[in-house]
Amino acid sequence: MTKEQRLQKRYSAEKRFKWYGIISICMALLFVALLVTKVLSEGTSAFVKSTIEIKLNFDQTALNLPEKPTTEDLNAIDFYSFAIDQILKTYPTSNRDEEKELIKLFTTDFEFEVKDFFLANTNLLNQTVSFKITASSDLDQLHKGNYAKNISEDRRKISNYQLKIYDHFIQNNKITKVFNVYFFTNGDSRNPEIAGIGGAMLGSFFSILVCLIISFPIALLAAVYLEEFAPKNKFTDFIEININNLAAVPSIVFGLLGLGILLNVFELPRSTSLVGGITLALMTLPRIIIPCRASLKAVPPSIREAALAVGASKVQSVIHHVVPLAMPGTLSGTIIGLAQALGETAPLLLIGMVAFVVQVPANPLDPSASLPIQVYLWSESAERGFVEKTSATIMILLGFLIIMNSIAVYARQKFEKKWI
Amino acid sequence: MKKLKLILPFALALLFSSYASARDQIKIVGSSTVYPYSTVVAERFGKSGKFKTPVIESTGTGGGMKLFCAGVGTQHPDITNASRDIKSSEKELCAKNGVKDIIEIVVGNDGIAFSHSLKAKDINFTKEQLWRALASEVEVNGKLVKNPYKKWSDIDKSLPNFDIKIMVPPPTSGTRDAWNALVMNKGCTKSAKSLFDARKEKSHEKACETLREDGLAIEAGENDTLIVNKLAADPEMFGLFGYSYLLANKDKIQASGIEGKKPSLESIQNYSYPVARPLYFYVKKAHIGVIPGIKEFLDEYTSTRAMGDRGYLGDIGLVPLSKEKYTATRNAATKLTTIN
Repeated sequence: MTKEQRLQKRYSAEKRFKWYGIISICMALLFVALLVTKVLSEGTSAFVKSTIEIKLNFDQTALNLPEKPTTEDLNAIDFYSFAIDQILKTYPTSNRDEEKELIKLFTTDFEFEVKDFFLANTNLLNQTVSFKITASSDLDQLHKGNYAKNISEDRRKISNYQLKIYDHFIQNNKITKVFNVYFFTNGDSRNPEIAGIGGAMLGSFFSILVCLIISFPIALLAAVYLEEFAPKNKFTDFIEININNLAAVPSIVFGLLGLGILLNVFELPRSTSLVGGITLALMTLPRIIIPCRASLKAVPPSIREAALAVGASKVQSVIHHVVPLAMPGTLSGTIIGLAQALGETAPLLLIGMVAFVVQVPANPLDPSASLPIQVYLWSESAERGFVEKTSATIMILLGFLIIMNSIAVYARQKFEKKWI
Repeated sequence: MKKLKLILPFALALLFSSYASARDQIKIVGSSTVYPYSTVVAERFGKSGKFKTPVIESTGTGGGMKLFCAGVGTQHPDITNASRDIKSSEKELCAKNGVKDIIEIVVGNDGIAFSHSLKAKDINFTKEQLWRALASEVEVNGKLVKNPYKKWSDIDKSLPNFDIKIMVPPPTSGTRDAWNALVMNKGCTKSAKSLFDARKEKSHEKACETLREDGLAIEAGENDTLIVNKLAADPEMFGLFGYSYLLANKDKIQASGIEGKKPSLESIQNYSYPVARPLYFYVKKAHIGVIPGIKEFLDEYTSTRAMGDRGYLGDIGLVPLSKEKYTATRNAATKLTTIN
């Protein structure tokens, strides 16, 4: 082989290598694109819901109210019967079965929607107003085109009679799509049209808060001690190895720890975000210590020596100079650790957070689910309405992760000092 | 100040422990098959406004029993859902931990649908054919052999001429337990059972229930929605799951007949459909009066508007109990009769 040939061969090897790299990146991007398009195409429709406009006539006699109603009277109104009467006026029905089918086109919560609306606007007494009631999930799915209409009736969730009512509503422009507030404010529900991620979001928030409060100070102190104060000997080496090992331990193991110690020994309440947060903190701790140590190590020794030279004590040099300079790296490490904790399901499985919780938690001691768990629970549900909700929840979760990771990257780039 | 710092953790611990003992919310654990029904009742119960909505965990029947039988006291669950009745070993565990008075409530019936895409032709199977399609070892001409059937038509000429592909739930699932008991064991031929017994390796029940591992019985995980989508996409694939999934997805999939019967409200209720089973939940009597609302929850669950023939549980696929069974279960719920 001549010199030129060998050179040529090395050049082409380099070119090939470059292409391998480009192909790998393309593959990775392709997978991400697939995931995102699937989630987006399935999930975006969950942010709007179908509503049916009906006329509400808050007639004093129909509501069974005395001349001058007190607040007690207002609260005692039978809104269930009232709402049903108003709903039945929207379409002529001839028998009980038809009435039932008509009512089934509206959300099961219609009574509460009417009640909340009226109690907030009591001045509407004796007036007729048009009001948008949330449609049932089946009608919602039909309106969004997720149900086929051209198959035989016994294969459909919507009967022929209900289709007729639907067409009637459509002709009169009664059905409109509005932004789905419930999705963000409500807790879980078995009725897809009123199910929301409000409870799960708060549950995740409380867990992450508890996780941050516990893991950040401990991790920072551990890292500072190991990096700045601890003597270098076999014992500290042993600790270091173990911290690295802990960071790689599968998260489910921490769930078992939480179950065994927090629930069984300390008898903390099951299914709460407090226990979830502590369990996640155990998991996150080593994952924060490692970047903290790395960023402390990156502070040049000249800083410490300069502080010591002008008479600062060891503690002063560390607290006044080293730790503040290492803060950007420490914070970004913490945020990335928390982002991992946010997406974690396995440890929460064992401490009972995979649960059906309707009430939105008010504090970390209330039972709650979390965002990834909500995804899991809904993906298991039979009702078609939950398919889009599952994808929409994934979108929200991904959104939070992107925000947290961007803050981490931004903080690092903006505040990190470059040492030359 | 220093003292305060010392006291604080103890104060917090005290707060938590006092919280733990003051639970005012029913806790339910157990089967994922009963979960959808219990959640619906719980939600309605919570909306009535007098009590908090119960918290329901889906832990599987076995896991639920373990938690339920762990002891009496507010840190333990009050109710456990089960897709089969309580085993004697579980009763012993309960008794050992002081859980003595247990109320058994039969919720309703559930059928397991052996289904495939609507695009495919309707087929009827016998239990033996299904066993032959799924078992790891079958007997052919008086000998035990590794399952040789690749196509349905290999089993019986009348069955369609395409590859056997069946999605099955994982071994931890109650659906799989029921399928094993009702199809794999009953479909297992007598001669195969005696051959299994003669070999003396494991009991013939175990041997009949062992699924083939050559990739034709596909373990699909607990995600039934995924199975439904796969079935809809591939008309040659079969899958098995609860009747409620069939009902919710009847625009995509249909049930095959088993022994000439299709799953329907009537056929599951009177057990003429061969793969039907009752569902249960168990209540700790010692917790009634301690945790508010248990009695009222039982009342709501067993009311006619929930469990009755036209009840709301029926709308999502629970098959109501027959008249006599309903009266019995309603009695157990109102009189709080315990099992022993």
